Amino acid sequence: MSFIAELLIAISLVVSGIFGFVGSYGLVKLTDSLQRLHAPTKATTLGVGGVLIASMIFFYAETGYLSIHELLISVFLLLTAPITANFIAKTYIARNLKKTDLPDSQSTCGWSIYDDPPESRPGN
Amino acid sequence: MLTRLIPHPLLSLTLVFVWLGLVNTFTLGNLLLGGFLAIVIPMLTAPYWPNRPKIGKPLKGLEYVLIVLWDIVVANVQVAAIILFKRQKNIRSQWVVMPLELHSAEAITVLAGTITMTPGTVSATLAADGGSILVHCLHTDDTDAVRDEIKTRYERRLKEIFE
Repeated sequence: MSFIAELLIAISLVVSGIFGFVGSYGLVKLTDSLQRLHAPTKATTLGVGGVLIASMIFFYAETGYLSIHELLISVFLLLTAPITANFIAKTYIARNLKKTDLPDSQSTCGWSIYDDPPESRPGN
Repeated sequence: MLTRLIPHPLLSLTLVFVWLGLVNTFTLGNLLLGGFLAIVIPMLTAPYWPNRPKIGKPLKGLEYVLIVLWDIVVANVQVAAIILFKRQKNIRSQWVVMPLELHSAEAITVLAGTITMTPGTVSATLAADGGSILVHCLHTDDTDAVRDEIKTRYERRLKEIFE
């Protein structure tokens, strides 16, 4: 393996390590559940992304073929991370906040956690 | 007939590519098996996804993906900076309410995902009629600026792509 490949792999691994650490540190430092949600959804994306880039470079340098698995892993991560975050946020709101804690929805209905959608109400 | 056989052509195409990516080698057998999955899975899931999303401008979609990928990198650095260098009592988290101009469920889903992945914001919930979205902002002094940036940067582009 050439020196440049090794250098690139090392850089991506270090970058991913730093971001993974910052994401975990954020979980400890921030106090509010909703604030804590920000740390893993973002800081960790680049952390995992760095490892995947390092893995792609490694296998390209070793075998000469581009590996698609890493691309798929990042696509799946990007698709699933927001959904998990959304579920956690919704659960937190439903358990800990009252309707009056949230700002007005500025729409014809209230927030979906407290209000039913218009088509499911009787009379429609 | 064709719409019953292939209710979501784009989903079928994606499934073929995902299958080929998962096995990581391109052979005729894998392509045929991928094609089989690409027909069977959309047929089985069609009842849960009755409408076909219209994608007006696929090239704009590519531009959108690149912009979001870049923003994710920026978001990581910004959030890392807030976590490392801001004192806990100086972090001002706020709710941002954003009225939506998008109507298609797919477009709103993409927007909500984008908001979560990009600088300091997490989408929390929708209004019951889908008319506005509630966004939690990790640190901001100006909620209107955050709302306007999401509107011009992401929602306008999604409106062009999906409508």
